[in-house]
Amino acid sequence: MLYTIANVCLVLMALSIAVLFIRVIIGPTLSDRVVALDTIGINLIGFIGIIMLIQNTIAYSEVILVIAILAFVGSIAFAKFIEGGVVIDRGDR
Amino acid sequence: MTEVIVSIFLIIGAGLSVIGSIGIIRFPDVYGRLHAATKSATLGVISIMIGIFLYFLIVQGLFVGKFLLTILFVFLTAPVAGFMIAKSAYNVKVKMWDQSTQDDLGRDLKKYKQHEKSQ
Repeated sequence: MLYTIANVCLVLMALSIAVLFIRVIIGPTLSDRVVALDTIGINLIGFIGIIMLIQNTIAYSEVILVIAILAFVGSIAFAKFIEGGVVIDRGDR
Repeated sequence: MTEVIVSIFLIIGAGLSVIGSIGIIRFPDVYGRLHAATKSATLGVISIMIGIFLYFLIVQGLFVGKFLLTILFVFLTAPVAGFMIAKSAYNVKVKMWDQSTQDDLGRDLKKYKQHEKSQ
């Protein structure tokens, strides 16, 4: 019962990531693509979590944390890059 | 009983993620898409992680603190990332939807510029 529902949820998350990938391709501006990529990173966390439940192991728990941190840092870096082309500044521009 | 609770959490999480991605493909401008991305997708992932934490705690007897840490991290950082993307998109003048009626930040910036000019 639980494994059937977990497999259905895995298919739903895969569909969600595929729909977000369409937005990454057709997005009119760079900001749309960054939003979609950030959401792909967040959805990937849930995807790997369901895989952990199906395979009955906790071996991927560090992978989840690293993906969360990298998605956040990547989004912040892209936001700073869109704004001025400079990722790290001193605040005097 | 445990299986039912974990299944409910998983279904809520997957449904919210699908709703979030439908919102991202359907909303007309960047700001509406950010609204879909930062609320429903984050809540969906938090719900899935709560379900998996309960599964490993009750069925396997393992207390995995990394899941709680992931929930806390996603809960804290997703709104910050959404705010930064929205601010950068506004600063490079990404167009709003042509039927949107309210632009509080633009109104306040205009007022601030007039105030500076009069001094």
